[in-house]
Amino acid sequence: MSEQSFLAGKHRHHGNIAERMVHGLQQVMEHALDAEAISATPGLLQQLDPRIKLLSLLAVLAATLLASQLTTLLLLFVLAVVLALASQISLSRLYRQAWLSVLLFSGMLALPAIFMVPGERLLTLPLLHWHITRQGLSSAAFLLGRAEVSASFALLLMLTTPWMHVLKAMRSLGVPVLLVALLGMTHRYVFVLLQTASQMFEARRSRLLAPPSGRMARQLVASTSGVLLGKALQLSNEVHMAMVSRGYRGEVYLLHNFHTRKRDWCALLLALALPLVIVWNHA
Amino acid sequence: MFSGDRPEKGKRMHIPDGYLSPSTCAVTLAIALPFWLLAYQRAKRLLHTRLVPLFAVFSAFSFVIMMFNLPLPGGTSGHAVGMGIVSIVLGPWASIIAISLALLIQALFFGDGGISSFAANSLNMAIVGSLVAWGSYRLLAAGAPLASRRRVVAAGVAGYLAINASALLAAIEFGVQPMLFHDASGTPLYAPYPLSVAIPAMMIGHLSFAGLAEMLLSAGLVAYLQRAHPALLAGSANITTAGSRQGSSVRQLWYGLAGLMILSPLGLLAAGTAWGEWGAEDFANPAAVRKSSGHLACMPCRIALRRACPDWPVCGPPPSPTMPRPSFTARPLAMCCPPCLVPG
Repeated sequence: MSEQSFLAGKHRHHGNIAERMVHGLQQVMEHALDAEAISATPGLLQQLDPRIKLLSLLAVLAATLLASQLTTLLLLFVLAVVLALASQISLSRLYRQAWLSVLLFSGMLALPAIFMVPGERLLTLPLLHWHITRQGLSSAAFLLGRAEVSASFALLLMLTTPWMHVLKAMRSLGVPVLLVALLGMTHRYVFVLLQTASQMFEARRSRLLAPPSGRMARQLVASTSGVLLGKALQLSNEVHMAMVSRGYRGEVYLLHNFHTRKRDWCALLLALALPLVIVWNHA
Repeated sequence: MFSGDRPEKGKRMHIPDGYLSPSTCAVTLAIALPFWLLAYQRAKRLLHTRLVPLFAVFSAFSFVIMMFNLPLPGGTSGHAVGMGIVSIVLGPWASIIAISLALLIQALFFGDGGISSFAANSLNMAIVGSLVAWGSYRLLAAGAPLASRRRVVAAGVAGYLAINASALLAAIEFGVQPMLFHDASGTPLYAPYPLSVAIPAMMIGHLSFAGLAEMLLSAGLVAYLQRAHPALLAGSANITTAGSRQGSSVRQLWYGLAGLMILSPLGLLAAGTAWGEWGAEDFANPAAVRKSSGHLACMPCRIALRRACPDWPVCGPPPSPTMPRPSFTARPLAMCCPPCLVPG
C-alpha cells in the first residue's frame, strides 16, 4: 500500500534501488518546479492575496471536517473542481496528484469498513457471505470524501502560491518569525540534500554492473544516509558561519509586501461562511 | 514516497486530513504545544545562533531519510522516519523540533500527512517517537564505548521501539474515533475502525516491516558513524553545543566570579589576619610572620620564593646546598601554585 501524497500518483519507475532513488528524487524536484510554474499563470486563485488563500484553506478544511452530510462533502468537492478550472489547473493534474493517490490509500483503508461496520444490511456477497451495511458504506464514503476534498484544496493552495508567499502569509497571520524562517530554510535545504543524495545514488549506479543484492542495497542506503548526515552537519556549520558573518545574531526579519483588495475580502468571507453554515445546519 | 519492483509493505503513519475529528486534532495540538515550547526553549538555550541552520538542515535530512525506500528481507521494502538516528545524534529536544518541521513541510508542500492532523502526526512521531528512541538508546547503550557493538544494537532497538510506540499512539487515535464520533444511526464519521481492529491493523505492519526498516536504518547509520564520525555518537551535547560551548564556559566563569564577589564580605567574619594582607606590624614579630606566611609545601617552591624575594621571611628550614637549583620554569610555577601557598 502506497502512502498518500501529491507525488504518489506519478508514474513509477522500475529498476534497481539506485535507479528508483534517483527517479524518485527527481520527481520531488519536478513537483516543486511545476508548482512554481503554475503559480505564475494568471488564474483566479493565483491573483488572490496569499494570506487570504491560507486563511480560506483553513476555513475550508474546518468545513470539511465538520461536515456531517455526504452532500456537503460533494458540494465542497465541486467547489474544488470549479476553483481548479478557474485557476487554469487541469483536472488531470488534480486526478494524478490528489484524487488517485487518495483513492489508492484511503480507498484501500475504507473498503473493509463497508463490511466491518455493523448496521442495516443492504447486500450480501455471494460465496463469501459478507454483509454490506448502510452504515459501512456511509462511513467509507465519509472517510474517502473528506480525504479527497482536503487533498484537493491543499493541492490547489500549493499549486497557486509560491512557497515563499505561503511563508510570508504565515508570518502575517501571526506564526512566529523563527518558525517561518526555519520552514523557509528547511524547504531550501530539502532540495540541496535531495540533490546531494541524488548525485550519490547516481554515482553508485554508474559503478554497478548488476542489481545489488538485498543486503548490499541495505548497506548502500545506510552508508548513503550516514554520508548525508555528515554532509548535513557540515552544511549546517557552513550556513551558520555564513549567517553570523552577515550579521545574524538570532533575530529574523522578513519583508511584507502583500496588498489586500476587495475580491480578497470577498473570497475570505465566502470561505469563512462555509464552516459557519455547516455548523448552523448541524445545530 | 516511491516504490518500485518490491512491494511496499512498510506502512507509514502520516495521518491524512479527514481521519481524525476536529476535537481530536485540538486535543493533540494541546498536548503537543507544551512539548514544542519546551523543546524550543531548551534548544535555543543550547544553540543560540546555531539553532536556525542546524534545525533547518536536520529537518531537511529527516525529510530526505523518510524518502529512502529500504529493501527488507522477504522481498519487501519499507520506509524509516529517522526519529531514532536524529534523537541519538541531536538529542530528544532538537529531534522533536527537526522532525516536526519535516512533517509540516511534508503536509503543506507534498500533501503527505494532513494539515489538520499535523499536531497528531507530530505528537506520534516527533514527540513520542523521539523521546522513546532517545530513552531506550540511553538505557541500552549506557556506559558502552563509542565503537562497541552494543551501541549498534541499542540504536536498532531504539528505532524499532520508537516507531512502534508512534504506531500504537496513532492506532489509539484512530480507534477512539468510532466510539466518540458517530451519527444517530451509528455511522462512524471519521476513522471507522474500533480499537480492536485499528491496533492490530497498525501494529502488525509496524512490528514486522516498518519497524524493521527503522531498526535497520538506525543500526546501520550508527555502525557507519562509528567508523566515519564517532564524535557524533559521543552525545548530543557535542553537536548541539559545539558552537556555544565556549560562550557557555565563559558565562560560567563570570557566574563563579560574581559568586565570589558576593561572598567576599564573609572574610570580615574570619578570625586572624587574612593571608597576604599583612601590615608592617605583622612582620615585626617573627612568630606572627611564621604563623601568617605558613609553610610552603614543596622545597622547589620555597627555594624559588626565596630567590625571588630574598628578604621574604619564609619559614621552614633553609634549602640544603646539595639540593638542585630550581629550573627556570619552577619559579613561576611555584609562585602561583595554590596548594603550596596555603597556610600551614
